[in-house]
Order: sequence, then structure tokens, then C-alpha cells
Amino acid sequence: MTDEILRITDLRIAARTEEGEEKILVQGIDLTLHRGEVLGLIGESGAGKSTIGLAALAYARPGCTIIGGEIRYAGTDIRTLSRRERRRLRGRRIAYVAQSAAASFNPAKSLYRQVCEMPVRHGLMSYAEAKKAAAQLFAELDLPSPETFGERYPHQVSGGQLQRAMVAMAMSCRPDILVFDEPTTALDVTTQIEVLAAIRKLVRDHRTAGLYISHDLAVVAQVAQRIMVLRHGRMVELGEAAQILHEPREEYTRRLVSVRAAAAPPAEAAVAERGERLLELNALGAAYGRLRVLKDVTFSVRRGETVAVVGESGSGKSTLARVVCGLREPAGGSVRFRGELLPPTLSLRSRDQLRRIQMIYQMPDMALNPRQRVSEILGRPLSFYFGWPRAKVTARVEALLRMIDLPVEFAARRPGELSGGQKQRLCIARALAAEPDLVICDEVTSALDPLVAEEILKLLGRLRDETGVAYLFITHDLGTVRRIADRVAVMLQGAVVAEGPLAQVFSPPYHPYTEALLASVPEMRLDWLDDTLRRRAGRQGAEGPVIGAAAADRFALGT
Amino acid sequence: MRLLGHRLSGGAAVGFAIILANIVAISFARWIAPYGEADLVGDVWAPPSGADWLGLDNLGRDMFSRLLFGGQTSVSLALLITALSFSLGIVMGFTAATTNRWIDAALARLVDIIMAIPQLILALMVLSVLGTSIPVLIGTIAILDSTRVFRLSRAVAMNITVMEYVEAARLRGEKLWWIMRREVLPNALPPLIAEFGLRFCFTLLFIASLSFLGLGVQPPEADWGSMVRDNATAINFGGIAPLVPAAAIALLTIGVNLVVDWFLSIHGRAHGEGA
Repeated sequence: MTDEILRITDLRIAARTEEGEEKILVQGIDLTLHRGEVLGLIGESGAGKSTIGLAALAYARPGCTIIGGEIRYAGTDIRTLSRRERRRLRGRRIAYVAQSAAASFNPAKSLYRQVCEMPVRHGLMSYAEAKKAAAQLFAELDLPSPETFGERYPHQVSGGQLQRAMVAMAMSCRPDILVFDEPTTALDVTTQIEVLAAIRKLVRDHRTAGLYISHDLAVVAQVAQRIMVLRHGRMVELGEAAQILHEPREEYTRRLVSVRAAAAPPAEAAVAERGERLLELNALGAAYGRLRVLKDVTFSVRRGETVAVVGESGSGKSTLARVVCGLREPAGGSVRFRGELLPPTLSLRSRDQLRRIQMIYQMPDMALNPRQRVSEILGRPLSFYFGWPRAKVTARVEALLRMIDLPVEFAARRPGELSGGQKQRLCIARALAAEPDLVICDEVTSALDPLVAEEILKLLGRLRDETGVAYLFITHDLGTVRRIADRVAVMLQGAVVAEGPLAQVFSPPYHPYTEALLASVPEMRLDWLDDTLRRRAGRQGAEGPVIGAAAADRFALGT
Repeated sequence: MRLLGHRLSGGAAVGFAIILANIVAISFARWIAPYGEADLVGDVWAPPSGADWLGLDNLGRDMFSRLLFGGQTSVSLALLITALSFSLGIVMGFTAATTNRWIDAALARLVDIIMAIPQLILALMVLSVLGTSIPVLIGTIAILDSTRVFRLSRAVAMNITVMEYVEAARLRGEKLWWIMRREVLPNALPPLIAEFGLRFCFTLLFIASLSFLGLGVQPPEADWGSMVRDNATAINFGGIAPLVPAAAIALLTIGVNLVVDWFLSIHGRAHGEGA
């Protein structure tokens, strides 16, 4: 084809380790990109997706070097260009959209200043022209009042709007190629839809070629025509989006697809009333200064039961966890545990009360002390709560390691020597070492790759059956909820808007916010985004926009 | 060459060599030194000769021997004071970072007050009021120095206490002392060790300057700072006597700094994170 814009052949990228050895990150990657085409790059962390995306700008992260291959942009190999020429290309002809807009914007400058910087610096437009062009881009991206939007500062707009502003920034020079590096991963599902729709529209209208990097196959399928599956820096499979979704050729791709597929149907869980009430929240409130983050939260968790607390960021679900475990003092209401009133703060709770409620965090990296060995991490709760002698502790640590399917030799390792999934297993084992009645799981799978997250969920399910522990499962991922929860509490702006058995909450008649949330979860089919947008447009005539922070108020009022 | 699993740079190797030579020379002073600490062996400010390598001092004592014995006092005093100021500073700094903000504010203001007064002048005041005995000297400098250590350890600990493993320890019901010792300290160690090296040099210089002013170590005991003072007038006659102890101070300071730089470089380097 004549309108080929980017051709990468036999790309090889290596990193130098601290010992001075070379480690191959990416090898043997070939790809072509035509005008107006979006190629999805998908894979787990460490697959080399971002490294390849950055290589399209002939850029390698510090410590990495492109050691071989050609990167041809419009016929010229940009690796052979001088530093100066490459700099003229970057941002102007090939631009990059990063994952975290909040970290990519300078908080001290207005959006106009930052979006207009590139065309002005490259000498393409005057500042006044650039502002006009930016306002037009804002309008194309469906941002509110596009003329004045750019006068705001990054903290004055929402996360989804900021992410779109970053797309506008990347588009400001009207580049031929855009590299999207997980642009929606940090967003809530309802916001993700807006950003996805805006990106797709913009790329289509301007016939911009795109590399769309993501770990979420369902998301990629909405914007990309072709998808490349990567693993360990090598290509696994390349094909049309429909083929990858419906007839994956490789085993690895099949596994990626099936993880999502498994999450699709609501489990027909037998909602047998489990044991006695373990945790009872009654009209619980919490506040940061004047801001009320929890409002009259009332629900309970029974023994051996998994209750999922679902909501978008800012819904107060993490605050709820902090109040229950005693890190935050409630501003009203009560927490009853095993029938007795729990003291509001940590220091007032007895050691036994502390032992019975354990917590697992989102980021296993931060939850494990890098200077302690596994034996110490698992052994401390044992000697602390039960006062066991050393030999008994060692034996129990080994049993715990076996329970989470890790080799016993791992006891001598430090967290830095474990993979992300293994670290999270370790956190689970640490929580269970205390033999708790209730474990609070705060987004425990959201920082993990889908296949690893799947294993963690299975492990949690198995351990619940073995130990009879109850989970308070805090998450924004509805797929996860369907997999593991017995009961669900849907939170919106600090209040529980729907609560009940999984099958009841997740089937009609829905609470309108639950429905909006459910509709926003990307599905493994190509026309999901179109369907959702169409459905939403149909409703907008009568009720105004259904999704977004402004609309959230309406749902809250409805209850 | 490798040490602690890290490649040793050229500068660091030189630094280690200097420190090692100093330690050996000082600890075996009694056997290495040709004369006693206070022995008068010849003319005042006699130039270096085969018998007296570095010449004689203002009273005719052997410079080389006094350098070795003086090093014992200077280095061990500096080491003791630095260790003391670190224990004090770290405990205060960690307490400020891990407890509530009232204790934090109280400690921080107290330290601010001490730091507001120039260190040397405050030390001179305290020493002239309480007398110039060794324990007073140690206590005064250690307390003054601990303010700097407090600042650093508080800042480092602040970054660590927000980590979830510290929160997990709190949730478990651990006592403050345990959290400071087992969760915070091991992770705060690299910057603190680097600071220890630097503080050691400053303390060495501080004792030297106090001795030079006559408020430090008292004669006849030798120490590098008072040796500079005693021989200072020799400069007028073109003698090298005051330069010898000054060079010893400079050399040890450079050696320690080379090692500290190396230590900072291996711990300041970002650990590569996969994409």
C-alpha cells in the first residue's frame, strides 16, 4: 500500500542490568502502520508493549538501547537521523500519549500553555493560532466549553477530561502517528468510555495512524483494526481484531480471551444464608474535615461470606475499609464485630480484635517491607499474636507457603526477588497467618495482569473454602465482583445505593447507577463501544448525560 | 574489586585505602611510634631528618609520634560523638515521623531553636561555662550535631511511614519502638550511613577547630587540632610543622568522603523497572 506511514522491521531492544549484562527486552518485532489505521499492542507487564511504543519515536528509556532493526517513518529510517532531526520529528510527526495524565501535566501552567507549547516551539503556529487550533481540538474531543477549557489548570478538570486534554496536546501538531500508552487504564469504567470514544473519533477524522497499547483486550478491540499480541518481548500473534477475539490461533491468546469471557455471565451462586453476622455497619459516617466521604453506610457481612463493595474512585469505598480496620475514626454510626462494638481507633482495640480483621492491599510492592525476608514477614504475625516458639513458627511459615503454592525455599528470599503475583500471594498468606475472621481486600487484583489476577482470585476462593474466612472485597472491577462475591454493595459518593445478593443486584430491575456501571464494562466484542454509545445517546434526549461525575448526583438523589 | 555486591570505583578504592591506613596507624600507634607522646627529643621545630621523619614541634617533641597518638584522640572522639549524635538524632527523628503531629511539632521547633544559634558560638559558650572536660566536649558536640541528623532521619522516615508495610505493622498492633526499629530503620539505612560518613568528617573538623581555639582537648594530650594551634607560629619561619596535622585531617576527610560518594552513588541509582 502506498499510504504506509510506519514500518518497523526486526526491532531489537536490550537493557543493561546493574551487573553490566545485557538483557534482551524486545526482539524480532515487525510491524507496519498505514494512515488512518490503529494497531493494538496487547500483552502483560514485561511484554515490551511500552518499549515498542516508545521505539516508534526512536526513543528508548534510560538504561535501554535499541540494538537492532529499522524504524522507517515515511520511508526514512529514523534511527539513522541525527539527534536534531529526530527531535524535529518527535511531537510534530509522531506523538505520545502517556498513561497518567495527572503526572504528565505541569500543575503550574494552564492547559492552553501546555497544549500549545509544541506547535509554538516547533515554529508551526503563533500562540494565537495554536490556541484556536487547541480550542477546536477540545471541541472535537467533546470537552465542555472548548473556548475557555484551556484556561483552566490541570487540577480544575476531571481525570477523564485531563486524559482527553493530553490527547489534544499530542494532536496539537497534527501528527501522522500517535502512540497511546494505556491511556484509559487509570480511569474509571464510566470515564473510560468517554475517552475511548473521543480517541476513536479523533483518529478517524484526522486519518491519524495509531499504536494503541493496553493490557485489556476488550478495550483495544474497540479502537484497533488489527491487534498484535506480545509476550516476553516477542510477538505471539498478529491479526484482525475480530479474528483475535473470536478465533485466536495461539494458546496464549486463547487464555487472554478466556479470562475476560469467564467474567461475563453472572454466577448463579447459591445464596444460602451463611453463618451468623460477623461485621455489622450501622449508619456509618466518615468525614475529611467538612467533606463527608461516607454517609449512613449500613450493611453486614456474615461468616464465610464475600461481600464486594463496588464503586468508582471517590465513592468512599477505601475510606470504608479504613474505618472498619480502625485507621480512620468514624464520624457517626457504629461498627459491630462478632456482636460487640468495635472501638473507633486502632490503639483502643485489643490485640485479639486486631488479629481477627486483616487487610490485603492493592500494591504488594508497597505492602511488603523490602528489607525483610519472607520468613520474617510471615513469621511475625505468628510470634506476635500467638507467641509461638521459633520452631513452631518456622513450621507454620512453611505450611503457609505451601498453602499459597509457593516453594518452601522462598522463606529465605526478600520481596524484591518475587514476581508481582507471588508478592500478592505473600500478602494473602500474611493476612491468613493471623487466622482472622475477616479479611479486607482493597483492590487486590487491580495492579496485576489479567492472568495473574485470575490465579489470585482462584486462590482467594479456595482459601475461603478451606478456612471459612469472610472477605470484604473492595474493587472497581465488576468482572471480579461477578467471579467472587456472594453479596454486593454499590457505592456512589459515600452512600450505598444498592445492596443485596449478587444475582439480585446485578440483574434487572437495576438501580440506574448499577446499570450505568454494568454497561460501562468493556465486553469482548467489536461493536460494544458503538452499542453503548448508541444506548446512551438514546437516553440522553430525555435525561441528559447518564454517565460522568455530574450525573452521579442524580443517582444519589434517587435513593 | 567488589564490595557488598557492588563494583568498587577507583575513587572508592583510594578512599578505603586511606581509611584503612589511618586505622592501622592509629590503633598500633604504641608500637609504630618511635617516641612517646610527650617526650622532648631535640630542638624546637627541627626540620625533618632520618630519625624524625616529620620534624619536631614547638617544644621539640617528635611530630610523627604525636600525629599517631593525636589521631587516637581525634578519631576516637569524632567516632564516639558521631555515634552518639546519630543515636539521639535518629530516635528523635523517627519518633517525630511516626507519632502524632504534636510531638513532631514540639521536637521540630526545639531543633529549630538550637539550629538558630551558630554552632561554634553555642559550643564555645557551653564549654566556657561548664569547663573543658572530655565528657562535656562529647556531650555538647553530640547534641549540637544531632539536630542535623534529626532533620535528615525525620525526612527519610516520613517517606517510609506512608508505605503500606508500616501501616500493616500498625494494624497488627505493633508498638512504636518495633515499627521504628524493624520497619523504618532498615529502609532508612542507606542515606543515614552516607550521612554518618559526612558527619564524622565535620565532627573531626569541629573538634579540631575547638582545640585550635583552646577549648578542646587539653595539653599535654595530643590531638590534631591542638597540634595545628601549638605550631601555628612556625608558619612565620617557613616551617612545615603546622601543615603536618592539617594534612592528616584533610587526608582522612578526603578518604571518608570518597567512600561516602561511592556509597551514595550505588544507593542513589534508580532500580530499573520493567515496562
